[in-house]
Amino acid sequence: MTAAEIVEKLSANFYQKVGEWHEMKASPYMTRMGSYMDVTDASFIRDICLFLRDEPDLVFNNLMLLSSLDNGDKTFSVVYHLESMTLKHIFALKVTVPEANPIVPSVVSVWNHANWQEREAWDMMGIQFQGHPDLRRILLDEDYPGFPLRKDFKTPEFFRGMKVPY
Amino acid sequence: MPEILERRVISDSTLPIPAKVVSAEVVEPRRLKTEEMILNIGPQHPSTHGVLRLEAILDGEMVVDCVPHLGYLHRCFEKHTEAMTYPQVIPYVDRMDYLAAMNSDHGYALAVERLLGIQVGEKVEFIRILFAELSRIASHLVAVGTYGLDIGAFTPFLFCFRDRETILEMFEKTCGARLLYNYMWVGGLSHDLHPDVLGMCKEFVKVNRATHKEVNNLLTFNKIFVERTANIGVLKPEVAINGGATGPMLRGSGVKWDLRRDDPYSIYDRFEFEIAVGTGMMGQVGDCFDRHWVRMLEWEQSLNIIEQILEKWPHNDTTDVQAAVPKRIKPPVGEIYSRTENPRGELGFYIVSKDGINPWRCKVRSPAFVNLSLLSVISRGYLVADLIAILGSIDIVLGEVDR
Amino acid sequence: MYQGLHDLLVSLLGENTLSTIITVTAYSAVPLVFILGYALIAILGEMKISAWVQDRLGPMRTGPAGVLQPVADILKLLQKEDLTPTKADRPLYNVAPFIVFLGSYAAFACLPFSAIYIGARLNTGIFYIISISAMVVVGIMMAGWGSNNKYSLMGAMRSVAQIISYEIPAGLAILTVVMVSGSMDMQKITELQGGGIQNWFLFGGPKTLAGFGGMSSFALMPFMVIAFLIYVVASLAETNRVPFDIPEAESELVAGYHTEYSAMKFALFFMAEYANMFAVGAIASVLFLGGWQSPFGDTLGGPIMGFVWFIAKGLFFVFLQIWIRWTLPRLRVDQLMYVCWKVLIPFGMATVLCVGTLIVWFVK
Repeated sequence: MTAAEIVEKLSANFYQKVGEWHEMKASPYMTRMGSYMDVTDASFIRDICLFLRDEPDLVFNNLMLLSSLDNGDKTFSVVYHLESMTLKHIFALKVTVPEANPIVPSVVSVWNHANWQEREAWDMMGIQFQGHPDLRRILLDEDYPGFPLRKDFKTPEFFRGMKVPY
Repeated sequence: MPEILERRVISDSTLPIPAKVVSAEVVEPRRLKTEEMILNIGPQHPSTHGVLRLEAILDGEMVVDCVPHLGYLHRCFEKHTEAMTYPQVIPYVDRMDYLAAMNSDHGYALAVERLLGIQVGEKVEFIRILFAELSRIASHLVAVGTYGLDIGAFTPFLFCFRDRETILEMFEKTCGARLLYNYMWVGGLSHDLHPDVLGMCKEFVKVNRATHKEVNNLLTFNKIFVERTANIGVLKPEVAINGGATGPMLRGSGVKWDLRRDDPYSIYDRFEFEIAVGTGMMGQVGDCFDRHWVRMLEWEQSLNIIEQILEKWPHNDTTDVQAAVPKRIKPPVGEIYSRTENPRGELGFYIVSKDGINPWRCKVRSPAFVNLSLLSVISRGYLVADLIAILGSIDIVLGEVDR
Repeated sequence: MYQGLHDLLVSLLGENTLSTIITVTAYSAVPLVFILGYALIAILGEMKISAWVQDRLGPMRTGPAGVLQPVADILKLLQKEDLTPTKADRPLYNVAPFIVFLGSYAAFACLPFSAIYIGARLNTGIFYIISISAMVVVGIMMAGWGSNNKYSLMGAMRSVAQIISYEIPAGLAILTVVMVSGSMDMQKITELQGGGIQNWFLFGGPKTLAGFGGMSSFALMPFMVIAFLIYVVASLAETNRVPFDIPEAESELVAGYHTEYSAMKFALFFMAEYANMFAVGAIASVLFLGGWQSPFGDTLGGPIMGFVWFIAKGLFFVFLQIWIRWTLPRLRVDQLMYVCWKVLIPFGMATVLCVGTLIVWFVK
């Protein structure tokens, strides 16, 4: 399926839950790998993902990457790059949540790959994934203050009594 | 902190209670009290391939659960990139997968080139592919050799390193570095190919084929090695795809998926090579032996590709390898997910540009990180010795797992 | 040799307790001196043979071609700090290496180095060796438990299971020889095999043995070869060498039961391992390859050449063990037990049975 058809299908099935389709026009590769679709209602992301995975003419069985993104305007995004290994088409979803309430439903039950990627997103960006089975910090210490990949993150002066900038 | 942050408590797994004995004669023996033991494997341990800690919950010697703890080698790659210009990121990319730094460089350079819309010249592509394949062989040599170490065979490791030395020599001659190259730049290369390298390559392919055979005889088809790896750590294809496994880990499960073929980049579409998949030759599809065997086959396929590259080499092309390197790299607003096939799997870069000289966000999909996340899935119910064998067959590089 | 030494001391000190004590001490220290010298050679051999297997040079800096490397290593071990973990069970932890070494060393008492030298000529020599070397198990268990380290404990548990299991096939293999020779005296077993290579028990034993007329003892040969192979495999396991080095499996258990040991205590474990390697090789050579007997009958025979033959045969087995170590991967613990209980023991029992039947058949 082409991206346009998938967009159409999603819009038809998730009326008003999905937003507009952002197409990168710089090159064919960019169009294929850089375009994404907005998801306006974050709480529906798991259902949309499940739909994308299980619909027989979509079969997005592979979550290529789940990434978090600080948009710089007090909102965070979670980007899902999806691929169907059998039907060989590619799609991307982007869900945006406010900094005040960064809660996104977890998609671990859809793709197990999301497990560690969501933990990393929580670790680095402080996005909470509802329904994640084991949401702990993964790369940083458990008591690390703050979420370093947020744009407003300030390196703490001291960490556990040690001066941070040597 | 929200309650979801609370550390997961691993509940005592209850032993299966034997069915009630009906017969009056047989007296049910008193069950002895047993406890589960938590064994911390790592961070300093000979076979965690770096600083990884595995919290293994053992019932006797059987692995009940295994929780990897990462982060000992975390160097804030993603945070760093936000303060660096695009070319300055390349040395950091080198330090991610330090056993296949050329491939990582290639992946990053391609991602930025795609973002910028640059097309590099024919000669540059050839040199890139040649070095990527050599680097792939070097990486697989380490993987196969250290896997032998994990199983207890020391000798193949040194045979592998002997050949890896030649590859590093070629890299050293060309760019001066042996491990962290900073060689593939956005739009070109840092140095032109050293004139000796093509000759060395021809020689190397011959020698390396002999080594391949030798390692097969000494390690792969050794009865003990087969016994240790066959039917161990079986990863089912659907679990592999769902868990995001890529590279030899995915192909070992019998899924024919290689980005060099399925999403061709650079000039891979011009060369003939076969995608090696696990067939369950010695046990089940997707066991440790299959993963090892896929690496052995891929090593051979890479040699085939190198031979073809040498055949088709554009000898008459004398363009400067830095001809297409842009003076100032400032991609337009946009984002891209670009991926390449690394020796360990799919290396992806998700780069968001907001019209600045440094990336707004650069998220890495590191194959070793994702593959490692499947460790606890496939190691349950095996022995400690098998846990080591499974970990070795995943072939992680901690620099890339922790970034 | 004991008598000669005693006479010499009596002539110097007179007939008293002191001369006896000195004689006994000197006489029993011979294997210790031998072990120390042999350990140096074996360590160097391990380095150089592994280098040869792996296509490299090995140590080259210490002395000419690196021959002084083991000396340097031992000096290093002597200087190292003797660490004891805080939570270790100190008595057990401290005494374990000595027990392990004692077990290996005591086995040397019954090894016939030559016609004129055997520490103690017991009529139950081989039986004594089997039982005394089982003491190593106690030491290993103490080391594993005393270290208060999970890796050590697991290594010790594995080691104990392994050594005890593999004593059965080794015992069965030894039993075949004992049945044929009719003796457990190491010196007598060796003496029986005199007169050339064809009389070794590997090739069916002496052709003059009572009851075996002429060449009929060749009928025993296939069974003796099987017994020999069983013994070699079992002895590899008893010394914890690859492919049976599961107790100290480097890639899993770091260093097994001696993870926490350093300095001379570690050196004692190390030396015990090497002493054990020679001991099992020597036992194999006594039982199957004629011990100190020359392979050419009386040519190159005699007490002095006896030392040479015995040590050469023992070192051959050490070489074999080193060679195997650097070639093969490691078995898993359940596979190890499989090899022992389901392969070696049935074959060993069958061999004993067949040899017994043949003896009854021929001897009547």
